[in-house]
Amino acid sequence: MNYADLFRITLPETALEIAALLVLVVDLAFLRQSAMRVRATVASVLGVAGCAIAFLFMLGQGTQTFCATGSLDTALLSTGGLIAVAQSGILALTALTLLLLIDSTFTRNPGEYVAVALMSAVGGLVISGAQDLLVIFIGLELLSLGLYVLTAFAKLSGRSAEASLKYYLFGGMSAAFLLFGFSYLYGLTGSTNLHQVVQGSITSIGSGSPLFYVALVMIAAGLGFKVAAVPFHLWAPDAYEGAPAPAAAFIASVSKVASFALLIGIGTAIAHPFTDTHLLRSGMVMVHSGPLPKYIGLAGPWSILLAILAAASMLVGNLAALAQTSVRRLLAYSAIAHAGYMLLALAYPTQSPRSNEAVLYYILTYGLTTVGAFGVVGVVERATGSDKLDTFLGLQKRNSLLAAVLLILLLSLAGIPPLVGFWAKFNLFAAVLSANAGVVPFALVALAVGMSAVSLYYYLQVLKRVYVMPAPPDMCCVDVHPVTAIVLALIAAAVLVMGCMPAVLQNWIAGL
Amino acid sequence: MNGFPILTLLTALPLAGAIVAFFSGRHARGVAMISALLSLASSLAVWMRIPANGSMGLAEQYPWAPSLGIEYHLGVDGLGALMLVLSAIVALMSIDAAHRVHQRPNLYFGFVLLLEAGLFGTFTALNFYHWFLYWELSLIPAFFLIKLWGGPKRGPAATQFLVYTMAGSVGLLLAFLALYLCTGSMDFTHLSLLAATGELEQMVAAQLGGHIMTWLAIGVLAGFAVKVPLMPFHTWLPNAYAEAPSPVTMLLTGAMSKMGVYGLLRIALPMFGPQIAAMRTPLLVLAVVTVVMGAWAAAAQKDLKRVFAYSSVNHLGYCWVAIFALSIPAANNITQSSQAAALNGVILQMFNHGITAAAIFWFIAMLQERSGGLRGIDDFGGLRKPAPVFAGLMGFALFSSLGLPGLNGFVGEFLIFRGVFPLSWVSATISVLGLLITAAVILTVIQKVFTGPVPERWASFPDLHPSERLAMAPVIAVMILIGLVPQLITDSVNPTVAYLLAHWRF
Amino acid sequence: MLAWTIYLSFAGALIEALLPKNRPGLARALALIVALAGLGLGVAGFAAGMGQGRILIVDALWIPSMGIHYLLAADGISRVLVLLTGLAAVAGVLFSWNIELRTSHFFAFFLALIGGVYGVFLSFDLFLLFVFYEIAIVPKYFLIAIWGSTRREYAAMKLAIYSFVGSAMVLIVLLAAYATSGSHSTSLDALAHAGLSPQFQMWAFPLTFVGFGILAGLWPFHTWAPTGHVAAPTAASMLLAGVVMKLGAYGCLRVAMGLFPRGMDPWGFTIAGIGSWRSVFAILAVIGIVYGALVALVQTDFKFVIGYSSVSHMGFVLLGLMTLNRIGLDGAVLQMFSHGILAGLLFAIVGRVVYDRTHTRQFADLEHMHLSKRLPFAAWAFVVAGMASMGLPGFSGFIAELQVLIGSWRAQPWWTGAAGVGIVVGVAYTWRALQKAFFSDAPPAPHIQDHAHALAPITWPEIAGFSLLTAASLWIGLYPRILLDQIEPAVRTFLAAGGVQ
Repeated sequence: MNYADLFRITLPETALEIAALLVLVVDLAFLRQSAMRVRATVASVLGVAGCAIAFLFMLGQGTQTFCATGSLDTALLSTGGLIAVAQSGILALTALTLLLLIDSTFTRNPGEYVAVALMSAVGGLVISGAQDLLVIFIGLELLSLGLYVLTAFAKLSGRSAEASLKYYLFGGMSAAFLLFGFSYLYGLTGSTNLHQVVQGSITSIGSGSPLFYVALVMIAAGLGFKVAAVPFHLWAPDAYEGAPAPAAAFIASVSKVASFALLIGIGTAIAHPFTDTHLLRSGMVMVHSGPLPKYIGLAGPWSILLAILAAASMLVGNLAALAQTSVRRLLAYSAIAHAGYMLLALAYPTQSPRSNEAVLYYILTYGLTTVGAFGVVGVVERATGSDKLDTFLGLQKRNSLLAAVLLILLLSLAGIPPLVGFWAKFNLFAAVLSANAGVVPFALVALAVGMSAVSLYYYLQVLKRVYVMPAPPDMCCVDVHPVTAIVLALIAAAVLVMGCMPAVLQNWIAGL
Repeated sequence: MNGFPILTLLTALPLAGAIVAFFSGRHARGVAMISALLSLASSLAVWMRIPANGSMGLAEQYPWAPSLGIEYHLGVDGLGALMLVLSAIVALMSIDAAHRVHQRPNLYFGFVLLLEAGLFGTFTALNFYHWFLYWELSLIPAFFLIKLWGGPKRGPAATQFLVYTMAGSVGLLLAFLALYLCTGSMDFTHLSLLAATGELEQMVAAQLGGHIMTWLAIGVLAGFAVKVPLMPFHTWLPNAYAEAPSPVTMLLTGAMSKMGVYGLLRIALPMFGPQIAAMRTPLLVLAVVTVVMGAWAAAAQKDLKRVFAYSSVNHLGYCWVAIFALSIPAANNITQSSQAAALNGVILQMFNHGITAAAIFWFIAMLQERSGGLRGIDDFGGLRKPAPVFAGLMGFALFSSLGLPGLNGFVGEFLIFRGVFPLSWVSATISVLGLLITAAVILTVIQKVFTGPVPERWASFPDLHPSERLAMAPVIAVMILIGLVPQLITDSVNPTVAYLLAHWRF
Repeated sequence: MLAWTIYLSFAGALIEALLPKNRPGLARALALIVALAGLGLGVAGFAAGMGQGRILIVDALWIPSMGIHYLLAADGISRVLVLLTGLAAVAGVLFSWNIELRTSHFFAFFLALIGGVYGVFLSFDLFLLFVFYEIAIVPKYFLIAIWGSTRREYAAMKLAIYSFVGSAMVLIVLLAAYATSGSHSTSLDALAHAGLSPQFQMWAFPLTFVGFGILAGLWPFHTWAPTGHVAAPTAASMLLAGVVMKLGAYGCLRVAMGLFPRGMDPWGFTIAGIGSWRSVFAILAVIGIVYGALVALVQTDFKFVIGYSSVSHMGFVLLGLMTLNRIGLDGAVLQMFSHGILAGLLFAIVGRVVYDRTHTRQFADLEHMHLSKRLPFAAWAFVVAGMASMGLPGFSGFIAELQVLIGSWRAQPWWTGAAGVGIVVGVAYTWRALQKAFFSDAPPAPHIQDHAHALAPITWPEIAGFSLLTAASLWIGLYPRILLDQIEPAVRTFLAAGGVQ
């Protein structure tokens, strides 16, 4: 175990950790007497700086794998390729959610908030590049524990505490499931390296063993919880509703990116079991795929499991969102639905990295859009005290910038061109179909498109209140902090521009 | 071939006049008069220029929508030119009669001029598209003229008029669509040529089936049967004529009904000769019924306008009889000359009845004006004493309608009987009944309105003013002139008759 | 050059959105300028395209990973429809001159919709066409929901969802076609030649046809149309019935029939006499013609009559498409143009001229108002528009319907008979509406007399809009060659390329 290599490969994570500690120190030592605004601003800025430095380190790393004993059979962490894409996304989105903190009033301890957030981000970075079951678990726990804390941060809100408790209980249980599943895999194959496990499932014992299926189901439960897939989604609406707005944004964006990166990693390993473990430029640990038929070994059951989760999530997410009166819960259910779309692409991976790229494209743009949406919701909540649909009445008159931003973001989520959400969906579905895996994925894509049409209805419900219905006379203007306004405007502009020129982001993802 | 586009200009003239009239407010009548006079002059100029051999002249032919077989094709022969003159005269008379249009005169006279344009267009168009366009478009001004300025029951009358006539047009449209499908052409001259050689029937039979040509003929006849009309498709007529303001009735009876007869001569007979010949017996029956029942119904009316409405049906019934009689096979010379006589008679009857009926309704309009709206047969009496000139001039018109020799009404009917008797003596004989009943009707009208003791209220019935006398004098003069010297018309019409008969095949 | 119609419209929409709220005059003027510019460009492009086939405008690689090109071109059909859009846009702006509520937002959404429509007609890449098609959906929602009348929010949502579902169907087919064809381009030409198997085309065709047909008012998916048209503000109804429904028909033509012609082949078996998708849709079109006409005949609300008449007229377009012969397709495209103009006229009269003044659309009320005397402009305008809509010769509708009838006779005589019934009923309901609304002889009711005392005078924008549309309809009716000369070559190329029998 070459610790110099380990240090080199974890430079970005280290940068974040140092930033977190720095924030704590600065806040506790120097800023105790300052105004809350100042403390929040300084903490955010330091956090953003930390993210930026981590990003630079990450770019400089190139493609490497860190192995415990020098042989790729014991690989623990990788970087480069699509992993770098995921990590960039995590860092960028973390920075954005931290910027949203500047205007918020829910906590008197902004320094601690930023520190915890950064440490969660570290967990996310670790998961993205993990190649070993235990490393996966460590990263996952690091991410999750931070999230539970962030959810509870609004100390004066009973809702926040309740949400956090639910999240924690659920999360803890699913982590237990996950670990249990991992333990079975270790027992069956004798290794914790992801690829060893998968190969072992085919060559040594054979995939006929029922214990494999049990393990897979456990793992799916654990991971399904993280991405809020049905039927492991019950925590999501409450968490989204109770957490303070920047924290909800963080949950909805960063943790999703990390979780999907993990799923991509596992899925790739499963789908391409016989690895020449060459790390090609454009893949997670990547492969020459052999002349074998596609879904051998674990890939078949894995595909079926994900497909079931995907279909259920799309249905439940969209249909439940129709009935919501709280915008946050509406966003939560829509998040479930979007997770469903992405799981579909993961269920039917292509030979080329195309489906992985499509999923990453989707989750990055989705994360960006969600951060913006929660930003707007946060501003409106602060002005009116609630996030019910009716507080958005006549927003176009009360604050036309927020209304325009919300218009762009929600239409992007619905998948209306020329916004980026449309291209992300189109690309995703095209990738699924190009896997040519038969009638079932085709039917599921048709279901997805149909559900997408349904989703327009509930997004229009919000926009109807914003643009169509007049404001009640007692509702006043909504003020927004300049930094928040700039951030939201930039997010909306990015959604529009990337929608008109989707190739830019796509080429970047493919090029890394 | 395409010379000076006088026919297009002729049709455009009343159109332009209509547009000016729409914007002229109170002065619309003056504008309309000027326009009508100019139209009359132009139509007379056209009359002078028709080819001597009776074929189509003054032709204008340009491609319009070649992929659909539509050309802009205009032309006149003796028949068409005579109808143009008739329309111009009747329109002028109608405008003159409309002294007292208080409500929205600009609209009224605009519509009258639009109607005149439609008439001119129908009589000059030689491609179905434009012909049908003018045919349908002339319905709209007529509808509004009845609907907006008519009598107490004008709404239903106008609607009935429109619905019936449009329904009849559907048959025309379908028939021509079918012909287009089979031949690729909508041109009257071309289709007539095909029919003359028998090719038309063959083409239709080949593409659509054997009996279809007969159905097409029925469709075409249906359209004209409503327009002219032929009993029993006439039921719209009495109401429309009665409820329309009298000047409008002049147009309806004087010119619009002639559109139907013209159509028969230009379309039905040339293209569907054999089919009509095959059905001639039931058709002749209907024609004879029209003649006799038209007159009979006239005798039963108490409203002057209705009397002459039914009388119009009767007079045009003679045209129907002659037209169907034409289809009786012509083998020898006698038959040919009978056909010529009958056809000459039809054309003359169209002109003469147009003038005469228009004149009669003009006089009825005067009666209405002077009596405050009365027009019942029994409302008047002994008007000969207070208004001798009125009685005299109207008498001329009435006697012409009766068919007194020496007046124009006689000439047409004489020629028709002269032609039909050798071809179908049964029809001719029964039609004589119509003459007799009409005579009785007219004489009754004269007796009740003009002779007898003068009731109190009509003691000071005003006679015709000098301007009115001036307006009517030329018309009466024409009636007498044509009655005494019919060659003025027949010399120009006869070549056309010969030409047409030579090209028709039964 | 024609592409500038798209760019100018979107630019105009953006500027309108940013205009200050209290300057409605500025908003109107800008909208009129942009619309006129679009019309001018359309006319210029039309003239430049005389005698030419398809003219390429721009072809830029947009998304290389899927071979998607930003491909704009125009053939005869596109040019005709672009011209229609220009006319409808200008007329729409003129007839919306009196909107006071959030004027700049109104024109922003209006111009965005117009831009999307121009885009659809000029796109020759399927993905790009789809993008523009979807862009047009959202402005429609807001136009109806904010400025509409009866049940506007419900109608707007219904329209949006129906449109979106329709486009979802098309999206599925688009994805499937791209995936299975293995072609590395989504341009219409490439997909047409990609050799999609007949089995694929056999299900792709009906799905796409229905997807686009929803927007075209295909029976029985037409139910959004009457509610939507009635609820929409005048300009939106004019655009909806006039242009947006044509988007659907255009999609049916270009995409469904152009890319999946084998889908119209006979199935090899017949059910109740129906043996192919072509027959199915032709029969649905005919049902739409007759059903729309019959329902229009019994309406008590003036605008509903026009709404259902739109469904009926669009049935002619769809029937013309299914005839698969030159003359039927010519008629279908010509009917698209003709009905676009006429629907605009009719909705303008009913909505702007009558409703904005009398505040009622019920015949029961209008009968007593004697509008032929109080609003003569409206009455006579409706006479002209009604005659045109009925198919009276001399106006554009006659030639178009004539061609469709001839075409359908050549294809299947029974369809013609039923369609003919639709025409006759069409005359009836138009006449009924005319009588009841304007020329009724019912006695004037006293309370309505007072209220209607102040019927506002006719404004110049209304006269201008009316003149523009009527002139267009008259000109095409009297001299259809202008359009037919462009349409015919395009149709011929279309039929030859598709190998349609």
